[in-house]
Amino acid sequence: MIAIPYLTALTTYFSYGLLFAFGQFRDFFRKIFDWCSANSLQGYAPICLGLEDFYIRRLYLRIQDCFGRPIASAPDAWFDVVERYSNDSNKTLKRTDKISRCLNLGSYNYLGFAAADEYCTPRVVGTLKKYSPSTCSTRVDGGTTALHNELEECVANFVRKPAAIVFGMGYVTNSAILPVLMGKGSLIISDSLNHNSIVNGARGSGATIRVFQHNMPSHLEEVLREQIAEGQPRTHRPWKKIMVIVEGIYSMEGELCKLPEIIAVCKKYKAYIYLDEAHSIGAVGKTGRGVCELLGVDTADVDIMMGTFTKSFGSCGGYIAGSKELIQYLKYTCPAHLYATSISPPAAQQIISSIKVILGEDGSNRGAQKLAQIRENSNFFRSELQKMGFEVLGDNDSPVMPIMLYNPAKIPAFSRECLKQNVAVVTVAFPATPLLLARARICISAAHSREDLIKALQVISRVGDLVGIKYFPAEPTKQDQGGKSVKYD
Amino acid sequence: MDAVMASAVMNFVNATLDCVKFALDAPSARAVVFGVHIGGHLFIEVFLLVVILFLLSQKSYKPPKRPLTNKEIDELCEEWVPGPLIPSLDKELLYEPPVLESAAGPHSIINGKEVVNFASANYLGLIGHPKLLESCSSALAKYGVGSCGPRGFYGTIDVHLDCETRIAKFLGTPDSILYSYGLSTMFSAIPAFSKKGDIIVADEGVHWGIQNGLHLSRSTVVYFKHNDMDSLRETLEKITSKYKRTKNLRRYIVVEAVYQNSGQIAPLDEIIKLKEKYRFRVLMDESNSLGVLGSSGRGLTEYYGVSAEKIDIITAAMGHALATEGGFCTGNARVIDHQRLSSSGYVFSASLPPYLASAAITAIDIVEENPNLITKLKSNIAMLWKGLSKIPGFTIASNPESPIVYLRLEKSTGSMKDDLNLLENIAERVLKEESVFVVTSKRSTLDKCRLPVGIRLFVSAGHSESDLLKASESLKKVAASVLGDHN
Ligand SMILES: Cc1ncc(COP(=O)(O)O)c(C=O)c1O
Ligand SMILES: Cc1ncc(COP(=O)(O)O)c(C=O)c1O
Repeated sequence: MIAIPYLTALTTYFSYGLLFAFGQFRDFFRKIFDWCSANSLQGYAPICLGLEDFYIRRLYLRIQDCFGRPIASAPDAWFDVVERYSNDSNKTLKRTDKISRCLNLGSYNYLGFAAADEYCTPRVVGTLKKYSPSTCSTRVDGGTTALHNELEECVANFVRKPAAIVFGMGYVTNSAILPVLMGKGSLIISDSLNHNSIVNGARGSGATIRVFQHNMPSHLEEVLREQIAEGQPRTHRPWKKIMVIVEGIYSMEGELCKLPEIIAVCKKYKAYIYLDEAHSIGAVGKTGRGVCELLGVDTADVDIMMGTFTKSFGSCGGYIAGSKELIQYLKYTCPAHLYATSISPPAAQQIISSIKVILGEDGSNRGAQKLAQIRENSNFFRSELQKMGFEVLGDNDSPVMPIMLYNPAKIPAFSRECLKQNVAVVTVAFPATPLLLARARICISAAHSREDLIKALQVISRVGDLVGIKYFPAEPTKQDQGGKSVKYD
Repeated sequence: MDAVMASAVMNFVNATLDCVKFALDAPSARAVVFGVHIGGHLFIEVFLLVVILFLLSQKSYKPPKRPLTNKEIDELCEEWVPGPLIPSLDKELLYEPPVLESAAGPHSIINGKEVVNFASANYLGLIGHPKLLESCSSALAKYGVGSCGPRGFYGTIDVHLDCETRIAKFLGTPDSILYSYGLSTMFSAIPAFSKKGDIIVADEGVHWGIQNGLHLSRSTVVYFKHNDMDSLRETLEKITSKYKRTKNLRRYIVVEAVYQNSGQIAPLDEIIKLKEKYRFRVLMDESNSLGVLGSSGRGLTEYYGVSAEKIDIITAAMGHALATEGGFCTGNARVIDHQRLSSSGYVFSASLPPYLASAAITAIDIVEENPNLITKLKSNIAMLWKGLSKIPGFTIASNPESPIVYLRLEKSTGSMKDDLNLLENIAERVLKEESVFVVTSKRSTLDKCRLPVGIRLFVSAGHSESDLLKASESLKKVAASVLGDHN
């Protein structure tokens, strides 16, 4: 739960109110103007409707330069951000040839596999030559190569499940699997902050959906009890099956899932559990095996393990791991397996190679070093931010750390000021977070060096003072901080 | 009377203004954050208070009821038995697809044996094209493999923007938007434009990706008979009269240019006439026609000689003729910009790996530079048609110009499952005995499409004459033997 300071909430409301009023005002005149000029689209309803469109035109466009900044290099610890300009007050942005080299605090490059890697890259290029970039076919037709089978074995072994199935996109993994497993008469209980792909998958399944309060096992239990007692709506027949869906690390909160408690509740009430490890697999745990390893949970207790390769592994795609029977069934029925192009072979090779590096099967200890580095980096950065007085969400060990901004005016201010000082941060606003809870999000990577992090902290601190987002009092004295950070070295 | 009303209103307005002034004059109003007087918050507080009081006063009447006791709930929970996560597996679920040991080009290696591959939608034979590989390797060297972020958060690489421009330029549309997976393109694009209450008229033979989009949009969906323009007209007529009164209703027709489920080509000229008459917008999927139809491969619009701007939204997967992955949507700037914030598969997913975007640019360059690829594909399709024209027990269900040659059983066994088993048997024997790799059209249990299943051959410009002859001869031979046994 995020407790918004009273004054902050009011000013935030006020700002949105002002923006809203101005937007409506401008729309009003636009309407009059349009009414005067002839309308060529008579008989068609406008293709974009309502508040959503209003939000984009009148709020988002004002600050759109803070999002979707193009880059011209690999998303490594430092990257090249392409400068843009606008001639029509931010309505359209044009690229220039100028680039600025910035410290990357935005990409999900947790283990630093986004850049060229001495072990992975030559193998990826070799695979490209052998298999070409695409199979142009689905997995059940002509899209299964020896590499795809190797990848599935490798992933199953990595996440410690009997079998796995992979897809070319993480989003599709969620949204195509849930309709296969759940349907009318079954119940999905989903964390209130689950990712949009899970929400879409649940909607697509036709099952009844209930939501429990974010990461609250006690509320989950309450919902389960109530639902099992009530049964299906109207008919009150017992539910066919119940599935609880949680994420390992919540990407907008930086929080770790309370997995042991949630599993205990699920076991008690005989619900199946689906764990989305998009942000945690590879990034946390002693050997990078995700939240199960970090929190000491036996993977046999998790019925369905899902994850994506877009983050720690620096590739693309997603997987489902589970029992042999489950995977066999999915291979026969899942539309993403039957109808979508199989994952691109070079991307598959990148995953295999990076897993080998993580497990030390490449014959070096670089994997272990990377894992130690990301943990150390994350904990150092988080504690320093907290000491400076920022409101930082999330748990220790999590490489994702949101800094609360709240006020809409602070979103562009924070983002632009940081970029001016060559630190690229992500700011997150409405479609991805609730309207009031705008934030900046830092993603730490194993590729960041200590100097990188110190530079980032200096810049963020300066900008934080300027923008006024140090909502808590700072902890005392610089020397103290220096003394403490020595411990991390 | 009016005068009295007016003065009452005036009084009220004056009182309110006084209130506001008082609020702004309050001592705290001098606090300034970023040039905004925060003192105005008092005004908002009062407003909120009124709203809260109003809501509190609205307490609804609840009939007294006796809730279950904790013990009763405990018992119910104890008694509840969940169904299995998945149904028990039949033997037939154990199907394992053939495993390729090489690239999926026109000739591939399966089980150590070279086979002629008719299973890959590699229409222009671009798999393994040296230029494509070269552009991929240089992109891999520059950008790495994955983009490690969604488009909004530093996942936009300059090649993505170049690729979007290139696609728009190729198709002659104002703008386009890249998706990271073909399947997610339609099921994200449809819900971005069609919401609850809107109306979609769709072909009953559309691909699952589109079906899922229709479902997710929660719009009213009406299906018309597969590729039947009379049925479409009737449906549009019915809907138009039913919803005559309702204004501000968005109406769409959703079709595929070449249907993956039948190989039929949509009669675009008719559709445009109907669309303009009934004022519907058209969403068209060009996954299997891009790079194939039209004299320069610009798809169905070029084939019918209409401008691409007549179609409001065009989508396509790039995992076919372009021999890369991902998908795109193209249309006017408004349509594209709207998706950049409202299309879930675009906003909430990591962007396309840059090397695949780079491959797409190169593939389009190759298509533009080598129109002979398209000519070759056309003659290959015609040749396969000729070869298969007298195949026993089958009819060709696809359009003579479709790159998907779709063989349908002349006499169905009466159940889709048995039909599929029969076809699977043929495909397996053709692969094993004749080294020709063909596939059946498999159906997921979620797929609502009820068109007959069949054997699908994806023709490629990379196939040689002898490949095509071999394919038709061996299919004929095996079909005669299997279907002969069967009868
Ligand atoms: C929890 C979760 N699931 C799934 C996804 C989607 O993965 P992908 O980016 O590979 O489509 C994401 C991505 O942001 C995610 O955070
Ligand atoms: C209409 C349509 N949409 C989407 C897809 C899926 O595209 P991809 O295979 O690139 O995921 C296909 C192809 O299989 C298709 O035919």
